[in-house]
Amino acid sequence: MAPVILAIGEVADGTLTRLSTELATLARQLADQAGGSAVGLVVDAAPDGAATELATYLPRVVAVTAPSVAAEVWAPHAAAEVRRLAGEGVTHVLVGATTDGRDLAGTLVGLLGWGLLANASGVSWSGASPEVEAIVLGAKAITKSVLTGDTGIVTVRPNAVEAAPAATQGEVEARTAEGAATPAATVVERVAEAGAEASLEEARIVVVGGRGVGSPEGFGIVEELAAALGGVVGATRASVDAGWIGYARQIGQTGKVVKPSLYLGLGVSGAMQHRVGMQSADAIVAVNRDPDAPIAEVADLFVIGDLFEVGPALLAELRARRGD
Amino acid sequence: MRILVLTKPVPDPAAGAERLGPDFRLDRAASPSVVNGNDEYALEAALQLVEAHGGEVAILSMAPATGTDTMRKALAMGALRGVLVTDPALSGADLPTTIRVLAAAAAAEEFDLLLTGLDTSDGQGGAVAAGVAARLGLPLLSTAGAIEPDPAAGRVRVRRLSAKGYDVIEAPMPAVVSCTQALGAPRYPSLKGIMAARSREIAQKAVSDLPDAEVPADGAWATRVVAAEKPAARAAGRVVKAPPDEAAREIADFLAGRRLI
Repeated sequence: MAPVILAIGEVADGTLTRLSTELATLARQLADQAGGSAVGLVVDAAPDGAATELATYLPRVVAVTAPSVAAEVWAPHAAAEVRRLAGEGVTHVLVGATTDGRDLAGTLVGLLGWGLLANASGVSWSGASPEVEAIVLGAKAITKSVLTGDTGIVTVRPNAVEAAPAATQGEVEARTAEGAATPAATVVERVAEAGAEASLEEARIVVVGGRGVGSPEGFGIVEELAAALGGVVGATRASVDAGWIGYARQIGQTGKVVKPSLYLGLGVSGAMQHRVGMQSADAIVAVNRDPDAPIAEVADLFVIGDLFEVGPALLAELRARRGD
Repeated sequence: MRILVLTKPVPDPAAGAERLGPDFRLDRAASPSVVNGNDEYALEAALQLVEAHGGEVAILSMAPATGTDTMRKALAMGALRGVLVTDPALSGADLPTTIRVLAAAAAAEEFDLLLTGLDTSDGQGGAVAAGVAARLGLPLLSTAGAIEPDPAAGRVRVRRLSAKGYDVIEAPMPAVVSCTQALGAPRYPSLKGIMAARSREIAQKAVSDLPDAEVPADGAWATRVVAAEKPAARAAGRVVKAPPDEAAREIADFLAGRRLI
């Protein structure tokens, strides 16, 4: 039986997320390698725009208009549509390793009993299964895993593949919603907080403030450097616990896991709890007054110095090189 | 309120000794075990909820028989009793089996809320809460930064952390809630709690006690690790100790060399 690989599109603020375009690209590549086919799914109150964009990457996209997801959590509704598509022949589901994506993946495992390969940083087709590369145990090992059966789910981290549109625009098939597959919690209110817009996990450059930042105001230089580099602000557990910045910014064992092209740490000591969330970054630069800070063990460039002196100097240097 | 908390014994991330065995499975003997970090936040939230609303907290684990040692720590924090599902037939169990086992064991308990950590430090899949909720036909309130039950109305509100801030979501109880660090730091067990935990019951269950779990025979799991390697060691980094302007130039040169600026 030829595999049918489904890429789940997620919508944020009416727009398809970047990770969704990566999943779609991956589904198309895997279908090519496996001699199967690829399809996309968007489940939203107003799915058409996102579905049309997803169809630039895939030959076929199912667009489900589900008015309920405006007032209820998304995963139970998306799960119902995936289950319907599984009944129509879908064998593999690619879903983003996001908050909603993990809820959907878990719901599907509970409903369908399919195997799950989690947190893929790379996927290729091997024999009769996707072969998933994942960084595990705080970056102590890289594993390759496969499904032993003909069906399964893969959660995929950002940047596993570079998104590339297909040669031709695919077709969008409009459907009405099935309704929730499991009891869906009601959304009473959605609250946006300032400074939390950019996705830490998708960022190519992450600038992190640790304990050495010393205060909420101390994050000013972290934010300025992030802006100058086109990056996103991250934090350590120490700076979050101190209340200087929100938990959504935390990198580490009980926060986010990131794999950016550049990690720039300011006043970050590099406790194990933090390192498990960042040590697979491509390049690591750290500035710390303490020459014995453990982050030196993983840094490609370790600057012994005061972040409040080196930080502004770096900002000036970056601006000078850009000709500002 | 009756609250059941899923707690998983995991290798202590702080010890940094986790490793995979020759079968690519976690070598549990290589590292000391602790209660999974996010599960401790779930347990702390549960204890605070029963302190405010009355009731009791119980814990449920699926682990090797040595899991009782780690569960004692959770009991010392204030949980009143534990259930440990342990069976050699579950060694290396895949996610669908783990979810069916935990759901079957939870179904044998009475609870208003089932709390779990958002994910575990050894697995990191973050899918167990949703799977157990789906299997039990209960609502999932995930990624909780605050939990506010209304026992009289039989409903629970959760502040669900999102990429942009948070959503306030609500569902009838019983419900499943996955918990984050934003709920607040776990308490340290008191000496009194440690003493009391010694005599608290940890009921052990085997696969034969949970027919609904449909555990496959002979470890026929849905997924298999086929290779594992250590990440390429990072080349020794350069250390710079220089005046700020010079250090800044060094950093900018490094970034330019990597085409990051």
